[in-house]
Amino acid sequence: MSILYDVPGPRQRRITVIVSVVAVLAVLAGLYFFVYRPLDSKGQFSADLWAPLVDPRNEDFAQVWSRLGVGIRNTLRAAGLAIVASLLVGSLLAVLRIQLKSLARRRFTGFATPMSHLLRGLSVVLSGVTRACVEVFRGLPVVLTIFFVARGLPEFGITFSTLWYLVIGLTIYNSVVIAEILRSGMEGLPVGQREAASAIGMSPLQTTRMILLPQAYRIMLPALISQLVVVLKDTSLGFIISYEETLNIGKQIIGVLNNPIQVYTVIAVLFIAVNYSLSKLAQYIQRRLARGRKTRTVAPGVAPDAAVAPEGAPVP
Amino acid sequence: VSVLFDKFDVFAGGFWLTLQACVLAAIGALILGAVVAVLRISPVPPLRAVGTGYVTIFRNMPLTVVMFFAAFGLPALGSNADFLRIPVVDSLFRRLGTDLPYFRFVLIALVLYTAAFVCEALRSGVNAVPAGQAEAARSLGLTFGQNLRYVVLPQSWKASIVPLGSVIIAMIKNSALMGFFGVVGDLSQTADQLTSAEGYAFVPVAIGVSIGYLVMTIPLGALLDRIERRQAVGGR
Repeated sequence: MSILYDVPGPRQRRITVIVSVVAVLAVLAGLYFFVYRPLDSKGQFSADLWAPLVDPRNEDFAQVWSRLGVGIRNTLRAAGLAIVASLLVGSLLAVLRIQLKSLARRRFTGFATPMSHLLRGLSVVLSGVTRACVEVFRGLPVVLTIFFVARGLPEFGITFSTLWYLVIGLTIYNSVVIAEILRSGMEGLPVGQREAASAIGMSPLQTTRMILLPQAYRIMLPALISQLVVVLKDTSLGFIISYEETLNIGKQIIGVLNNPIQVYTVIAVLFIAVNYSLSKLAQYIQRRLARGRKTRTVAPGVAPDAAVAPEGAPVP
Repeated sequence: VSVLFDKFDVFAGGFWLTLQACVLAAIGALILGAVVAVLRISPVPPLRAVGTGYVTIFRNMPLTVVMFFAAFGLPALGSNADFLRIPVVDSLFRRLGTDLPYFRFVLIALVLYTAAFVCEALRSGVNAVPAGQAEAARSLGLTFGQNLRYVVLPQSWKASIVPLGSVIIAMIKNSALMGFFGVVGDLSQTADQLTSAEGYAFVPVAIGVSIGYLVMTIPLGALLDRIERRQAVGGR
């Protein structure tokens, strides 16, 4: 129940029912006249076009699905590799940025004056360079990153299979995004965490690795999962460098059977099913984390700025 | 590096076309997204279902698939998206009026896809308005429409602006796909054209194209960071 309107009374209920019926009729009529009729008149519902995809008795069915299976496996392989690589590189990058930032604030006493100035300048420069890298790769379209990797690396005499171009391209973009997610998670933690860690004698690196990073993973888990959905969706860009993922296989099937709408519908349904369950998982985890926060007496940190509050969640 | 200066007009033209697409798609996505957001929070269950269904479908589908649907599905529906040849607008944005429909197809795909994210950004803004506000409005006897118009939306706008901005930045980056869907002359297609067909060195072209996108995304991102920091300070 939304807070935007009251529990409807008899008149409001009547209006709601009337509007509902009208809306349903309008949507159905719209679908019939603007989608079904034109598609039907072009014969897009004919069995010839659909049967290879949905009818196991069709002669092409087995082959079509074995090809699609190859595509799905390739998509999952690229997505899996890219996810693992971006998590690794992203964590390293986040730690590096946090370290460089604190290093840039350090005064380096105990060294000779020119030496300390040099060290300080160096750490400021390094911190700036990593920041610039992050900004640049976050600002570039991931399509272009993949395209540049596939076109650029051979220029320098480095050649891989297309799988690795796709994985490298996706990793460059997503590791930077994940690094920023983790960094904002670490910086959102209460200062006391870091202070307590250094009070018991942990080095800054130990503090980041053993105290801050694990908590950042925890509170940023929903954001990380939605980034994984993004990676999975972005593997479909593999078609521009002719990596054989689901969409590319779909194109090959279309080339033979000439049924674009049907094949893309099936592929879209596959993607939606997987991504929808992933985002439901993210929502579930977010709700569990929120519950965990409430029951404990000590607030363990700032809530992640999730894009959307889960349905029915209490509004702060 | 001389290609950056020799072909400056090509890069500038690509930038201009990408910018046009982004402006048009942003306008379309904001309007459609607002409509879907209103559907999603409306008191009528079937309308809510339509809004939720729309968001679920388009948020979980790769943009690539949406573009393929636009490029193959619309012709099958018997449309070349000619309704986008709006008389005055198409003289401003000349690509809208050309006979090749790809720019219009890409635009439609971009709008449909981005609108789902715009809807979620707007909705998160509505959810961020304290419950007491809407409750107070209700106890004053404001209807759903009045409640939205006078109490909730003016306040939710503030909470929506940062997520909306990130959606628009993502849309600018997504627009790079259009070069691979038959649109000639945008930034990403320029990269392909100059390196493969005209044989220019790869690195300078890549730098030029990257600058074209970064000019759009980095300042917007910095602006959003500033707004966010301001709001964080003001909120305390």
